[in-house]
Amino acid sequence: MTAAWAPRLGRGARLGFDHVRRVPVVLFPEGVLLLNDTARAVLEWCDGSRSIGEIVEGLAERYTDVREAEVLGLLGELADRGIVTGAVRG
Amino acid sequence: MTAPPLGLLAELTHRCPLHCPYCSNPVDLVPRSGELDTEQWRSVFTQARDLGVLQVHLSGGEPLARRDLPALVGHASGLGCYVNLVTSGLGLTEERMADLAACGVEHVQLSVQAADPLLAKRIAGVDAFERKRAAAAAVHAAGLPLTVNVVLHRGNLDQVGAIIALAEELGADRLELANTQYYGWALRNRDALMPTRAQLDAAEPVVRAARERLAGRMAVIYVVADYQDRYPKPCMHGWGARQLTVAPDGTVLPCPAAEVITTLSFDRVTTRPLAEIWYESSSFDAYRGESWMRDPCRGCDRRAVDFGGCRCQAFLLTGSAANTDPVCSLSPHHHLVREAAAPVATPPYLMRELPVIR
Ligand SMILES: C[S@@+](CC[C@H](N)C(=O)[O-])C[C@H]1O[C@@H](n2cnc3c(N)ncnc32)[C@H](O)[C@@H]1O
Ligand code: SF4
Ligand code: SF4
Repeated sequence: MTAAWAPRLGRGARLGFDHVRRVPVVLFPEGVLLLNDTARAVLEWCDGSRSIGEIVEGLAERYTDVREAEVLGLLGELADRGIVTGAVRG
Repeated sequence: MTAPPLGLLAELTHRCPLHCPYCSNPVDLVPRSGELDTEQWRSVFTQARDLGVLQVHLSGGEPLARRDLPALVGHASGLGCYVNLVTSGLGLTEERMADLAACGVEHVQLSVQAADPLLAKRIAGVDAFERKRAAAAAVHAAGLPLTVNVVLHRGNLDQVGAIIALAEELGADRLELANTQYYGWALRNRDALMPTRAQLDAAEPVVRAARERLAGRMAVIYVVADYQDRYPKPCMHGWGARQLTVAPDGTVLPCPAAEVITTLSFDRVTTRPLAEIWYESSSFDAYRGESWMRDPCRGCDRRAVDFGGCRCQAFLLTGSAANTDPVCSLSPHHHLVREAAAPVATPPYLMRELPVIR
């Protein structure tokens, strides 16, 4: 995976909010992940139209301390579990 | 501190038109007259959501055998839960699927017995093969993601390549190839189901090649037979840690197979609030954490990785649920698993009786 990759949520995955734990979550066929605010912000931008590089730039305008390596790491893990998919934009 | 659960496995009924000899459901099935009614299931879902459950797996038996399924789906989905339908596909017409999707089903897991109609019938006990195609087509028509689940055993492991091709044909997003876990009926049929080492060795490269070939199109998950492993599976991510099961009669279980542990007594949703059962009941408390562990688990470095394996398997094979899972090569009872994992002859299947339909 590289910064040119344009991620989106995998089929059957969606973002939600858990009012019991008061945390954002991502729900998908095999399970649930509780998210922190950064992870939620990243996933909200994963719509298949933005590259990871653009997501990092966009996030950096709103949050301090956004590191591309961390975003790549997070999305790599989520891609391994099928929660995000995507392709390099041509 | 005990964390709240994330998932609920709701076994809506034990009724099922199929008779899979590998079925992990209990030997003594709950009859229809013992099932929770619609209101009681609604209350289970409401309590589960309040407790922290975010994902509801509707299973059984055959969940489609419940006529109130759309109402139950609608209720769970309305609470904000992700609803997963786990089905044999019999009775899943396009209309029914469309209705269930409109009510809130977000994903379907369809079980398939074999790659050809003859073997599928031998395993399922009924002609179900063509109906799986119809069910898969209905899931696609509804626009939902599809997982195909195939339980592997001596009878179908040789056709794993054809099974993968069938799953592609059915348009699965995900294929789960799960070697049989020996609980319930499956344990009764263990000698007939146990694969040979040669079969397992032949299947692995086929699965690996398919996974590479299909990367990005269909995810292929292969769950190894734990009898063949050196260490046990991290069963349920620990007892009473993430998920709970509610049986058709409302019995609340830390693991779907837990009722076999006859030294525990399990509470029912009809007599005790779900939150109290999760946080305070003796059955959920029994094997939480690590204080119940004996040697060799007690001093083992892997205890935070596999939690000592499966309590049900320890009970079934060694007589005590607090023992190390005998699948573990460090267990003093490991010879029991080693012996069972070396099949000799292939006895005929003991077929599941149809549950009494009243
Ligand atoms: C018990 S079934 C109930 C739902 C439905 N009747 C079906 O077969 O899909 C739930 C899931 O468990 C799988 N299963 C059944 N027995 C199993 C076993 N002994 N080991 C592993 N998986 C099993 C089935 O293939 C199915 O995907
Ligand atoms: S595994 Fe087979 S017998 Fe068991 S509930 Fe599912 S379809 Fe029925
Ligand atoms: S001894 Fe217990 S904790 Fe250690 S590997 Fe075996 S089952 Fe796991």
